[in-house]
Amino acid sequence: MAPPPRHLLLVLLGFLAAASLATLAAAMYEDQVGLADWHQKYIGKVKQAVYHSQKSGRRRVVVLTEENVIASLDLRSGDIFWRHVIEKNDPVDQLSLSLGKYAVTLSSGGSILRAWNLPDGQMVWETNLEVSKLSKPLLHILSNNKVAKDNLVLVAAGRWIYAVSSIDGVIAWEKEFSLDGIEIKQVLQSPENDILYVVGIAGSSKLNLYQLNAKTGEVVKHIQESFPGALCGEALLVSRNVLVALDETRSGLFLIEIKGESISYNKVHLSDLVQDLSGTVKLLPLMSNGVIALQASSTLSLLKLKGIDGLEVIQTFEQPATLSDALTITEKDEAFAIVHHMGSEIEFIVKFTSDVSNEVIRENINIDQHRGNIEKVFLNNYIRTDKSHGFRALVVMEDHSLLLVQQGEVVWSREDGLASILDVITSELPVEKDGVSVANVEHNLFEWLKGHVLKLKGTLMLASADELVAIQALRLKSSEKNKMTRDHNGFRKLLIVLTKAGKVIALHTGDGRIIWSNLLPSLRASKSGEIPSALGIYQWQVPHHRVMRENPSILVVGRSGTDSSSPGVLSVLDSYSGEELNSLRFDHSVVQIIPLTLKDSSEQRLHLIVDSHSRAHLYPRSPDAINLFLHEMPNTYFYTVDIEKNVIRGHSLQRSCYLSFDDEYCFSTKELWSIIFPSDAERIAISETQKMNEVVHTQAKIIADQDVMYKYLSKNLVFVATLSPKATGEIGSAAPEEAWLVAYLIDAVTGRILHRVTHHGAQGPVHAVVSENWVVYHYFNLRAHRFEMAVIEIYDQSRADNKDVLKLILGKHNLSAPITSYTRPEVMVKSQSYFFTHSVKTMAVTQTAKGITSKQLLIGTIGDQVLALDKRFVDPRRSVNPTQQEKEEGLLPLTDSLPIIPMFYVTHSLQVEALRGIVSIPSRLESTTHVFTYGVDLFYTRLAPSRTYDSLTDEFSYALLLITIAALVAAIIFTWIWSEKKELSDKWR
Amino acid sequence: MAACLPLLLLALFAVALACVGVDAAYQPRSAEGHTIAGRIKIDAAITSAKGFGLPAKTSNTKVILNGGQRVTFARPDGYFAFHNVPAGTHLIEVSSLGYLFSPVRVDISARNPGHIQAALTDTRRVLNELVLEPLREEQYYEIREPFSIMSLLKSPMGLMLGFMVIMVFVMPKMMENIDPEEMKQAQEQMRNSPVPSFSGLLARANS
Repeated sequence: MAPPPRHLLLVLLGFLAAASLATLAAAMYEDQVGLADWHQKYIGKVKQAVYHSQKSGRRRVVVLTEENVIASLDLRSGDIFWRHVIEKNDPVDQLSLSLGKYAVTLSSGGSILRAWNLPDGQMVWETNLEVSKLSKPLLHILSNNKVAKDNLVLVAAGRWIYAVSSIDGVIAWEKEFSLDGIEIKQVLQSPENDILYVVGIAGSSKLNLYQLNAKTGEVVKHIQESFPGALCGEALLVSRNVLVALDETRSGLFLIEIKGESISYNKVHLSDLVQDLSGTVKLLPLMSNGVIALQASSTLSLLKLKGIDGLEVIQTFEQPATLSDALTITEKDEAFAIVHHMGSEIEFIVKFTSDVSNEVIRENINIDQHRGNIEKVFLNNYIRTDKSHGFRALVVMEDHSLLLVQQGEVVWSREDGLASILDVITSELPVEKDGVSVANVEHNLFEWLKGHVLKLKGTLMLASADELVAIQALRLKSSEKNKMTRDHNGFRKLLIVLTKAGKVIALHTGDGRIIWSNLLPSLRASKSGEIPSALGIYQWQVPHHRVMRENPSILVVGRSGTDSSSPGVLSVLDSYSGEELNSLRFDHSVVQIIPLTLKDSSEQRLHLIVDSHSRAHLYPRSPDAINLFLHEMPNTYFYTVDIEKNVIRGHSLQRSCYLSFDDEYCFSTKELWSIIFPSDAERIAISETQKMNEVVHTQAKIIADQDVMYKYLSKNLVFVATLSPKATGEIGSAAPEEAWLVAYLIDAVTGRILHRVTHHGAQGPVHAVVSENWVVYHYFNLRAHRFEMAVIEIYDQSRADNKDVLKLILGKHNLSAPITSYTRPEVMVKSQSYFFTHSVKTMAVTQTAKGITSKQLLIGTIGDQVLALDKRFVDPRRSVNPTQQEKEEGLLPLTDSLPIIPMFYVTHSLQVEALRGIVSIPSRLESTTHVFTYGVDLFYTRLAPSRTYDSLTDEFSYALLLITIAALVAAIIFTWIWSEKKELSDKWR
Repeated sequence: MAACLPLLLLALFAVALACVGVDAAYQPRSAEGHTIAGRIKIDAAITSAKGFGLPAKTSNTKVILNGGQRVTFARPDGYFAFHNVPAGTHLIEVSSLGYLFSPVRVDISARNPGHIQAALTDTRRVLNELVLEPLREEQYYEIREPFSIMSLLKSPMGLMLGFMVIMVFVMPKMMENIDPEEMKQAQEQMRNSPVPSFSGLLARANS
């Protein structure tokens, strides 16, 4: 057989390339939304909640969260009406409502005041105030101000006090207290006359009391009093003329009475009142009528003031207990709620300040054990049909979830811990049991056919409106994707996420529902006050073959404190049920966790945990693991990046710790190499390596003229970008001459710098992604004043000679020669850069099972969308006028900027607010990859970077196929009969 | 009609705000910083006419200074302002779902305070006033082509059917048109040829 002419083959290839170019990314149709993707909106842990007044008739609540979100929630269902995510560098401190129309927020330490329209969340005005930072700002909305139906918004921060009109944000008056070091602690308003009381503390022991005219801001009266001991910052006015303040040691209370011009005070020792005062004592902002609350680490006490002569303990609750703010019921009376734990239940108690010893409501509420302790309560009242007061409360739990409790029940709950995901891994679902699947299909055969007939009607435009709705519903709720078993394509998986609260939650990829959740006891705040922090989540055991019957398990690593030297904690969880199988508290700290590729006989992954003394500890601690690891130890290297010291170090491991010789799972490390960057010229901005589980299909890249280039593939390739000190700041802070970026490609085993390139006039922030033999990084070009994306591809020159077929046949090639990092590689580097329109928040690259499918860059843009950009757009071989051969290869002509095609947005018309991370996980089908994006919101979708070439799409019409087959069979029978007849007639002739 | 009313109210509201917005926009108290004030103009007519894209919602429009250093929101009338911005060259980006905005380079001159120059970075077009308009509306979805007989015929199944129809109905006609003598010759040639022909196979199977 003669070989086909080569040019014909090339033309064919060209056609294929052109055809695939036309459909570069899998754009989607509008009716496909929700088929493979889901989007969930969250707000984060609520730190402040303000209810709409009853008069407005709307059952809504405006909340402010620790993720810097302001949102309006429906009190009946917990749904979000509107929501704004404010940037992290503009932290919102205070929230209040004004005129029943606006939500007013104070952010950036009291310098930005914004008003939002309550019904739709539109920003109405924004005012910048000049305040001294580093102070806790106060926001107070004046009520009963008769001036032109306007409510003044008071902002107090440091020694400034501003009154801003709540209608248009114009500053009505401002007042700067000239006293040295004064800090305003409290602003209060007299109900009958327009007088403001301002309490300030100067120099920690001088109490200042000002009376201001609320309309003009003039000082009417000023009283100053020095105290023998220093006052702690916390002061609160109990009633209008009695002030309570903690002293600096937090062991005594000053009771201060103001009588006209004079101040008299009395000091009370807390130890006389409350027995156990361990931990930090806090005064809780409470209420009038002479009731205060005192919080110590083990108790919460309610105290009643008896003039200034003393205090009386009314009731003491065991911790964990929480107190709500006071809620004004009538002019004289206020209600407050106390919630504390009673075994597996919580007790919700409401009291009036006028009669503290009696309880208005006492309800026991059952709450899921995996939610931990109650952290905050926000009380709200409503008028029942019989005109009595009913109470409901928003409850914030330890896992950051938000619940509404009313009449002894949890009305709704929001899993808002998912707004602060730290780390994500996936787990396979259990294998389907035999027999189940077959029966299911047979049972559904009729349904299945009916569905396809409906679909066919849809394509043929024969379906009625009702049927169209039925088709869409059928597609969206296909039970197939939500099953709890493994599927052939690997589309169904568990996404296991670790949240900031230390909760591990498993989500189903089909519809994003929560399969299980577990608030890890080892990551919960302990009574001694240390706050553990979760670090990461890793695969611990992924059973194959022999141990298939066992469930897979995952490893969660955390620290028992916030600083890096505190001892680490470890938990092993079952992936299917979320049960904690094992928990361990290390006697060493955790600085770096290195998952190894080794597995012991029970398929447990080996992990090295490096502590702050540069010792490595091996886990799991089993003799099997240590035997395996000792074999591999000489080949184990790791590197550390010290951004503060501007150094990258490479390490190897040595047998035995120098501190504890008897611990055979502990290894000391030896520094092999280090790269010290000159601090006055370069500061490390980012270091990036490729994903550990990345699969590369081929080493060679065939280029147009039948030439082969060998990729330099090394798992030890590290990309490091450094910036000049001036360039690390914000855009606009440096001139092009004093800003530069240096990109390095470093071999992490030897510390050899494989490539170094300087971009002059470039500025951070730098984002980078490393995959196969290439790096793509994003930075700001100060000269062009545009963002730029650069690509570096690295090729192995030493293998470039292996093109001779004869040599390959005779085995004279060096392809099978062992590769070691210690040989000096001859590398060739190609690079190019392009303009890119948007700022970038994060970057990732698609991962597929075998690495055959072409790659897409997943770019999280400043608009919180994810753009899938084909790697072919960032190919350094692109040229302005590609030759015919290059065109056939599919090389795109060079353009100065990268295209942004809206159909390439993976998130289509959705936004993942406060986007932080993009994860790509291969499915079993080579063409398809899972993409999970998280920020305050979650978004999941499946992506096929080169379209689904290995399976039929959902669009495929089975009914049409069946009809065609039927038609063909009918035609065959018809022609057969016809020819029979004809033959018969021929024979009769 | 019901949907129109809130829109109208919103517009009225916007006009009312525009009057007060101007005097609130600049506060000259800050000594070292400058104020960048501008306006975002999204032509509502384009969106509502097509009905395909997303409704123009200025409540979701964010204005971003220097890649996230500061973020502000557009007011209902589209106005925005950044206060206390130091002199230098800055970048303003607008993020609004459904629209593509070109980033804008803003130069604040240090010598003559208050002099602000703005230019689009993509086209280098200089803006006389800081009014930002979207370059284009973003269509996130592919538009489904309407059903046509041609697309059905072009599908593999359609081609299969078409080929079959040709073989069944057109081929016999073509055979008839062939000169009978030539036909005979060809048949004889076939019989003599050693390669078993498909028609022969069929004939054997039928007999």
